[in-house]
This record gives sequence, C-alpha cells and structure tokens, in this order.
Amino acid sequence: MSKPSRIKLFIPLFVFVLLALVFLQLEKRMISGDYDPSMLPSALIGKPLPAFSLTTLDNADLVISTIDLNNKAALINVWATWCVSCRVEHAYLNTLAENGITIFGLNYKDDRQKANQWLARLGNPYQLNLFDVDGKLGLNMGVYGAPETYVLDANGIVRYRHVGVVDNKVWQSKILPLGLNWQ
Amino acid sequence: MRLGPLLALGQWLFLVVAFICLSYAFLTDDFSVKLVAMHSNSALPWYFKMSAVWGNHEGSLLLWVLILASWTLAVGYASQSLPLDMRARVLAVLGMISIGFLMFIIFTSNPFERLLLNPVADGNDLNPLLQDFGLIIHPPMLYIGYVGFSVAFAFAIAALMTGNLDAAWARWSRPWTNVAWAFLTIGIALGSWWAYYELGWGGWWFWDPVENASFMPWLAGTALIHSLAATEKRGVFRSWTVLLAILAFSLSLLGTFLVRSGILVSVHAFASDPTRGLFILAFLVLVIGGSLLLYAIKAPAIRSGAKFGLLSRETFLLINNILLAIALSVVLLGTLFPLASSALNLGSYSVGPPYFNAMFVPLSLPMIVLMGIAPYISWKRSNKISTAIPKWLIAAFVALLLAGLGTFSLSNQYQQDFNWLAFITLAVSLWLIVSTALHMLSKAKHQQGLITGLKRLSVSYWAMVIAHCGIAVAAIGIGLTSVYEQQKDVRMLLGDDISVSGYRYQLTAINTFEGPNFSGTRGDITVFDGDTVITVLQPEKRFYYAARNVMTEAAIDPSLTRDLYVALGEELGEGAWAVRVHVKPFVRCIWLGALMMAFGGFLAVTDKRYRSKGALNV
Repeated sequence: MSKPSRIKLFIPLFVFVLLALVFLQLEKRMISGDYDPSMLPSALIGKPLPAFSLTTLDNADLVISTIDLNNKAALINVWATWCVSCRVEHAYLNTLAENGITIFGLNYKDDRQKANQWLARLGNPYQLNLFDVDGKLGLNMGVYGAPETYVLDANGIVRYRHVGVVDNKVWQSKILPLGLNWQ
Repeated sequence: MRLGPLLALGQWLFLVVAFICLSYAFLTDDFSVKLVAMHSNSALPWYFKMSAVWGNHEGSLLLWVLILASWTLAVGYASQSLPLDMRARVLAVLGMISIGFLMFIIFTSNPFERLLLNPVADGNDLNPLLQDFGLIIHPPMLYIGYVGFSVAFAFAIAALMTGNLDAAWARWSRPWTNVAWAFLTIGIALGSWWAYYELGWGGWWFWDPVENASFMPWLAGTALIHSLAATEKRGVFRSWTVLLAILAFSLSLLGTFLVRSGILVSVHAFASDPTRGLFILAFLVLVIGGSLLLYAIKAPAIRSGAKFGLLSRETFLLINNILLAIALSVVLLGTLFPLASSALNLGSYSVGPPYFNAMFVPLSLPMIVLMGIAPYISWKRSNKISTAIPKWLIAAFVALLLAGLGTFSLSNQYQQDFNWLAFITLAVSLWLIVSTALHMLSKAKHQQGLITGLKRLSVSYWAMVIAHCGIAVAAIGIGLTSVYEQQKDVRMLLGDDISVSGYRYQLTAINTFEGPNFSGTRGDITVFDGDTVITVLQPEKRFYYAARNVMTEAAIDPSLTRDLYVALGEELGEGAWAVRVHVKPFVRCIWLGALMMAFGGFLAVTDKRYRSKGALNV
C-alpha cells in the first residue's frame, strides 16, 4: 500500500464537520420553534378520515358515522380534560370559532360528564364533538396524544396535521398558507 | 500512572452507589423523586419497576455511565500486561469520555430531581410498550455493546498519540472489540424480537432511524473485527483500522445524540429538550471531531504494512471492509438525508424500507458468496487454489441442488410460483454453510481421526465458523420470511374461521380479565392443520389504567420453520373483532443466526492466544 496523501486523511473530519453543522442547524431551528420533528407527515394526509361510528359528546344515544362539512374546510381537534395543553389551546379555538372557522372536536379517552362540564365552563368552540372513549378513531388516525389537530379541506380530505397546541403562530404560518376555503 | 486502575475502581463504586439509590427509589415507590413519579407506578410488578430505572432518559444515561465505568474497570484490571504508559493513556481516554457523560447528567439530566412541594399520590406508569421482558434486557445489552466500542476507541487514540501502531496494539484491541460486538449483536436481535411480538405488526425490522443508529456501529464493528485481524496477523491496513475504531465508537455516540436530542420521533426517542441536544452536540464535536483531527494529523506517520498478492486473505478482508463500508454509508445516508433536508428547509422526506432493501440485497449476497471462499485463501499469497477448486464445485453443486429443492417445496407449500429471490438467498446461504463445513473437514483431516482433528482446531477458528454460519442462517431467515410470509386482516365473529397458508384459524372464545395494572380482552384462536388441532393462540388487547393506553399482545406459536402469529385488533361491534393473522416461515432463523454470531464473538475471546502474557506469538 502506498502512503495515503495528507488531504485524503482529512476527509472523515470534513464529513463529520458537515454533519455537525446540519445537526446544529436542526437544533437551532428546534429552539426557535421552527422545526418540530413531531410534525411528521401523517399517513392520513391526502386521504379522507377513517370510517368511524361514535356517539356525540352531548348525546350518548346518538351514533354518527359522518360529519357534514357544508363545502367548507374544517379543523378536527383532538382534546381531553386530562390534557393540560388543551386548556391552553382552548381560548384560541374559541377565537377561531368566533371568526367563523368550523371546528369539530374528537374528545379522546375522556369522561363524558367532565368533558361537558369543561365545555360549559370554558366555552364551546366545536360544531360537534365525537366521543372516542377508547381511542378507537384516534388509533386509526394515528393520534400520538392530545392536543393534535387535523386540517380537512372542503372535500373532507386531510391536508395537514399538527401535533401540539394550535395558536395564532401555527394558524398564520402553517394552516392559512394551505389556502383552503374556510368561510 | 499506577493510580489508574484504582481510580477506575473508585469511579465504578460511586456509580454503583448512585445506581442502587435510584433503583431503591423506584422499588420503594418514592414518588417524591420526579423520575419515579413520571415513569413508575405502585401497581407495577417489581421487575418492571426495576427496568423502569432505564426506561427513561435520565436513568438510562446513568446506566450508560455505569457500564462505561465497568468497562474502564475491566480494562484497568485485565490489562496488567500492557506497558504502563499505554494502560494509563487508555484509561485516561475512557475517563475523559466518562467525564463528558457525567457532566451531561449533572447539568441537563439530573435523575434525582425531587418533587417536594407537590408530591403526587401515584406515578404516571411506565410506557406500556416497555412493560415487557425483552425490554428489561434489551437496553443493557445494547449499551454494553455501544459503550464497549469505547475500549477499542481508547486503544486507537492512545496508539495514535504515541504513534506506535504495531501488531500488539491490534492484538490488545481484538478481544474487547469482539465482546462489545457480540453484546451489540444480542442487543439488536433482542430489539428486533421485541418489535416483532410486542408492536403487533409482525415486522422484525423497520429501518427506523433509531434502529439504524444501532445498526451502523454494528456494521463498523464488524468491519473493525476483520481489519483488526489483518492488522494483527500481517500489519496491513493500520491506518484504516484506526479509523474504523474511531468510527465504531463515534457512530455509537451519534446514536445517543439522535435518540436524546429530540431531532427524531420514534418509539425509542426519549422526551426531547433542545439544551440537551446542544450539550451532546458539543460533546460530539469535541470527541469525534477531536479524534478525527488527531487521526488526520498523526496517520501519515503510520508505517504501511507488508505487501500482499492479489489472491490473498488480505485482499478478501479488504473487499469485506469495502462492502461493509458501502453498507454503512447506505444506512448513514438513508438515516441522515431526511434530517439534512429538514435542516436546510427543503421539506420533509422520509426514506423508507424500499430504499434500504434495494441497496442491501445486492450488497449482502456477494458478501456471503465471498465469505464461503475466504477461509481457503491464505495470508500473503495463496497458491493452494487448485486443491480448493474441487471443494468449491462440490459446495456450489450441493447448495444449488438443495436450494432448488427447498424453493420448490416451499413454493408448493405456500402456493406461490417458483421464487428466484428465495432461490438465490437459499443457494448463497447454503453455499456458505457447505463451503465452510468442507473447509473445516479438510483442516481437521490432518490429524488422526476426524473427532480428534475437530477438537484440535483452534477456538478462534471455531468462532469464525459459527459466526459465519450464523450469517447464513440469518440470511435464510430474512430471505424466506420476506418472500413467503402471508398476512390477512379479517373481521371475525365467535365461531368464524379463516385459512392462511394451509392453516385454519377459528375464533373459539373471547374473555375479559384483569391484570395487575391493566384490564384486558383475550381471544382464543384455535389453529387447525387439516383436522388436527395444533395449538390454541391467546392474543390480548390491554388497557393500561394509569397511562390510558391500549396495547396489543400478539400470540405466537413458534417453531424453527414457521411462526403462526395472531394479533387482536379493534372490537368492531356486534361481537365481531378485527383479527390479524400471519404465517411467517423461518422467521426464527433471523434471531438464531444473530445468537450464533454473538456466540462466535464471545468464543473468539476465549482463545488462549489472548491469555498468554508477554511476548507476541504471531
């Protein structure tokens, strides 16, 4: 074997420095909130919601298996009373609802009575709430946990999924740019 | 310099005390400790309380440094024959790594943080996915492997510092590398086995970024074991071997970074915290960047080794290393490309199994073919080829014949057309086994009688034979499972039945029951082969109270040639259940092969060569 030239020996170091820069950039974007690995592209994107058959939160005898979108885009918000971040998010959902945004709730692994009390106390931004006590629909949708929000277009196709709290920043930077018909 | 081993003992003792304290807090349900409150629960059985110690970020880091301290201690006391300055350098490098990790624990991840103001009544419970026997031992095995590469790394750095990279250096590194590699093999196999029966998807490898993070050091370690052999015996590839030793440990550190910095989401990832990420990144730059810089500066001083002919074992080990290095780059690229594209704001991509499978099949098959030839080729220059050729012809003939018969009968059994991929995998794997066996026989024939001959073969030769056959067995498992597995998702009412791959599955009962910290539903699925009952499988669906989590427990009827695998899905109403049924031919061979490889790794270390002290006997 001939003696390798000096430059060649720096290649591993060079590759590593590049990698470290990529990682640094990722960490910086994570700290600034710009990059969130939990926003994995959902398997549902581009597809309609999975089939379901659930009661509504306010009526234990009413079983429904479709939601009516009225040719408008809508949010499906996964929430529960045991979820602290959902309380943080709730005020902003009320604001969205006041501005005419359609929001459906998926009450996830929760207690019916507690959930209704919560809505009576904090206000109800939801057109309708599905009561998913054993997380069946949640499991089929690939929900990691509450809060989580899915954006449906007017045809009922999932266009975006957000893990975590929806606030004004998320709404302005992630959901509005989808250019959907909200009104 | 003489103090080193004593200090290593001190470090180890104090870390043992810390680890016992944390375990005690878990076992006695001390919920004033935040970690216990977050990850344990009073209803948890004691063995899961114990494994909950390392089922979280902080505790697993403590386990990590404890293992590092144990390796350091072992090096300190097992290397009495090493020159004093060499031993001191090695211990110092290990000590510096340990300081980095201890600082990481103390500044960002205190496992003993208390909740004195707001004590909780009961803990959050351990993630139900982790409440499983495989997960009790999977992390410790994996860590022993990961951290074990730090020893080869420390030897390499110490040797680079002195510039004295002779055969002795390679010989000292070899047993440590083998043991670390064997533990890593077991750790990866356990992880794969766990994913298979616990996740309920029936897959055994997902090319998940974190799986890849453990696979990359394994590939580098495999290459290192082989190039260390060449360096020890012939003094060749020194520079490359040093680089591999640095790479194997660097990739272990990279895995730690990926899992703990929060830049990935996977079943393995721990709660994320960007400050932790920055800390490890800084540590990574220091350790990996520093050692690669040292390498770039010092490597030109390494004397190049002896010359070797084109047809020599050196050449074959070189090809082995090149193929492994390509495989390593493939995994590295596939794992990091999606991250790089997010970093540069090019959008999220995911690189799925199709990419990895398309790259790995053409890489591994030629590697296995060459593995069957390599033992016949001697060091420096081989001129015994003419005696080997008849054996190769016999091995190739036997392999092709058996593979043809095997593929034909399997295709018949599983009602498929003759599958060429299955045939090639079988042929190549059988070639490796037969060719290796013939080589062993011819090597043993020199002695009087075959049995005495086999006994006289060196332990490290046996280790090589077993590990290489392990590769063949695993390859058979991987190939046949991928080609012949069958899966059906069906809706079943009580009494319904379904046929998959010639077996008939009938749902004969559905019962509910109570576990220690969960409630469950258990299905009885009776499996028939024709009219005879083979077994009753009892898959479960569990609801864990504290975590409010639903888990699937698959039921498996295992055997070497096929697994019958049943998982219970959702209740569909009106007494109907979603049931997933798999038949997985030869899937056990994957883990059996991994066990054989690990056994080979351990066996090689017991060779008496490594016990002899003093002068080198090449």
